[in-house]
Amino acid sequence: MNWWYCLIDTLPFEWAHFPFMQNALLAIILVSPLFALIGTLVISNQMAFFSEAIGHATLTGIAVGAILGLSDPTWSMMGFCVLLALAVTVLRRYSKVSADTLIGLVMAFAVALGVVLLSRGGGFAKYSSFLIGDLLTITTSELGRLAVVLLLVGGFWIMYFNRFMLTFLNRSLAQSRGINIWAMEALFACIVALVVAVSIPWVGLLVVNSLLIIPAATSRNLALNSRQYVLIAFSFSLISGIAGLVLSFYWGTATGATVVLVAMVLYAVSFLKRR
Amino acid sequence: MTKINPDTHNGRACCTRLTNIGVRLGSYNALEQVNLHIHCGELTAIIGPNGAGKTTLLRAIMGELPHTGQLTFMSAHNPTQRQRPRIGYVPQRIEIDKSAPLTVLDLFASAGTSWPIWLWYPKRVRDGAREALACVGAEELIERRLGNLSCGQLQRVLLALALKPVPELLLLDEPLAGLDHAGTAQFYEIVSGLRRFMDLSILLVSHDLNAAAAIADRMVFINNQSLAHEGTPAEVLQHPEVRSAFGLDMQFRNDLPGSTAALCPVNIGDQP
Repeated sequence: MNWWYCLIDTLPFEWAHFPFMQNALLAIILVSPLFALIGTLVISNQMAFFSEAIGHATLTGIAVGAILGLSDPTWSMMGFCVLLALAVTVLRRYSKVSADTLIGLVMAFAVALGVVLLSRGGGFAKYSSFLIGDLLTITTSELGRLAVVLLLVGGFWIMYFNRFMLTFLNRSLAQSRGINIWAMEALFACIVALVVAVSIPWVGLLVVNSLLIIPAATSRNLALNSRQYVLIAFSFSLISGIAGLVLSFYWGTATGATVVLVAMVLYAVSFLKRR
Repeated sequence: MTKINPDTHNGRACCTRLTNIGVRLGSYNALEQVNLHIHCGELTAIIGPNGAGKTTLLRAIMGELPHTGQLTFMSAHNPTQRQRPRIGYVPQRIEIDKSAPLTVLDLFASAGTSWPIWLWYPKRVRDGAREALACVGAEELIERRLGNLSCGQLQRVLLALALKPVPELLLLDEPLAGLDHAGTAQFYEIVSGLRRFMDLSILLVSHDLNAAAAIADRMVFINNQSLAHEGTPAEVLQHPEVRSAFGLDMQFRNDLPGSTAALCPVNIGDQP
C-alpha cells in the first residue's frame, strides 16, 4: 500500500498530500468503474428502479445490525440486501403483480421498517451519515474489504456477462440455449445488492443508484456496440468519480453527491452529442 | 442463399413424442392432455386462436415451463438416445430498445462464447455468425445494431441465431407477426430451404394459414388449451371446427382438398 501513498504524494496538488484523500481516491478508483460495469446491465435490463429500491432498503439492514449489536452494520446490510433481492426475484416469478409495483411495495416496506427501527427513542439522527455517506473517512482495512467484495462481484460479472445479456434480451431465447434464466436473474440481483450495500457507507444511500446508472446511460447515448458501451461507461465513471472527489475536497461537500453532479454534466454533454 | 452441405448435417433430425402434456400456470390450466408426435425431418405447423396455448406448448417443450406428462426425444441417428435435443428458437417478437448498443455480431457472440463480448471475440464467432447469416441472406447485417433493423431483418437474424449451432429441433413462434407480404414470402422460402438442406424437425406456430399450409407436412390445431385436430394441412383445414375458428368460408368445405386458394376468408363483396 505504501507505494500508492508515495505515488499520489508526488502529485503537485494540495489534496494529494492528505492520507484520507489518498484512501478516498483509491476507493473511487475501485468503486466507480465497477458501478459503471454493473450499471450497463442494470440499464439493459431496465432495473434502475430495482437498484434504487435495494439502496433504500439498506436502512432496514442498518437497523438489523444495530439491534444485533454489531459495531459495523456492513455485513447486516449486505445480508439483508441480498435476501431482499432474492425475495423480489422469487416474487416476480410467482406473482402476477407488475415488476414496478412489486418493487415499489418491497421498497416501501423496507424503508418504513428501517425508519421505525432506527427511530426508536428518537435516535435516527446518528444514522443520517448513511444517507449521504462519507468517503473521506474510509480506512485502509475498510478499503481492503471493499476491494475483496468488489473484485469477487466483478469476477462474477465478467464470467456471466454474456449469459446475463442474453437472459435480459429475451428469456425464452436464453432458455432455448440452455441458460438457467432463474439462476441468472437471482445471481444478478445478488450482485447488484452486494455492490450497492457495500458502497453505501461511503457514497450514501440517497445517491448510490445514480452512480450505478448515470455512466451507463451516458454511454448509451454514444456507443455503437457492446464494447464501446462498456468501455465508455467505464471511462466516464472513472472521470466523474475522480473529478467529483477533488471538487468535493475544495468545496467541502459530500463526495457521493458531488460525483453524481459531475456525472450528470457528462450525461448532458453526451445527450447533446448523441448518435 | 448459401446452401449448407447436407452431408455434414444428416442424421440430426430428432423425433419428439409428447404424451399427455399439461401445463398449469397457478390455478389455470394453460394446456391439457396434448398427445403429439413430431416426426423426424418434418415441418409441423401449429395453428389456433390467440390464447389457445400454442406458445405455452413451445415453452413447455423448451423446458421453460414445468409440465406434466411425458416429453420424449429420440435421435434419428441413435434411436436409443433420449437426451434433450439441441433446440433452436425464434421468439415471437423481441422488444429491443432503439438505443441498445448491441450489434448483430454482439448477439451471436453473447450466445456463442463465454468471453465477455465487450472484451474479445474468438475468430470462430465472427466466422460462425457470417455463415449462419448467409443461410438467411442477411450477411450484410452483421455490424448493424439490433435496434436499427426492420422487423423482417430482425426475424432473419434471430432465425440465423437459432441455426448456430445447427439445432435438432427448430421452434418458430409466429415468426411472421408484423412482417409485410414480401418479408413473409422470403422468410417461408428460407425456412422451407432449411428443412430440405439441413433435415431439421421444425415446429412452426403460425397465423398465416395459406403460407403455413403451403410448406407444412403436418398441421396441428390447438383450441381451448388442448390439441383439437392434427393431420395433413388439407385434412386439418377441412375440419368444420378449424374453419369456424378462423372464419374460413364454410360453403367450400366439400370441394376443398388441398387447394390453398379456397382457404382464404371469403370477401363479402364477392358473394353473388
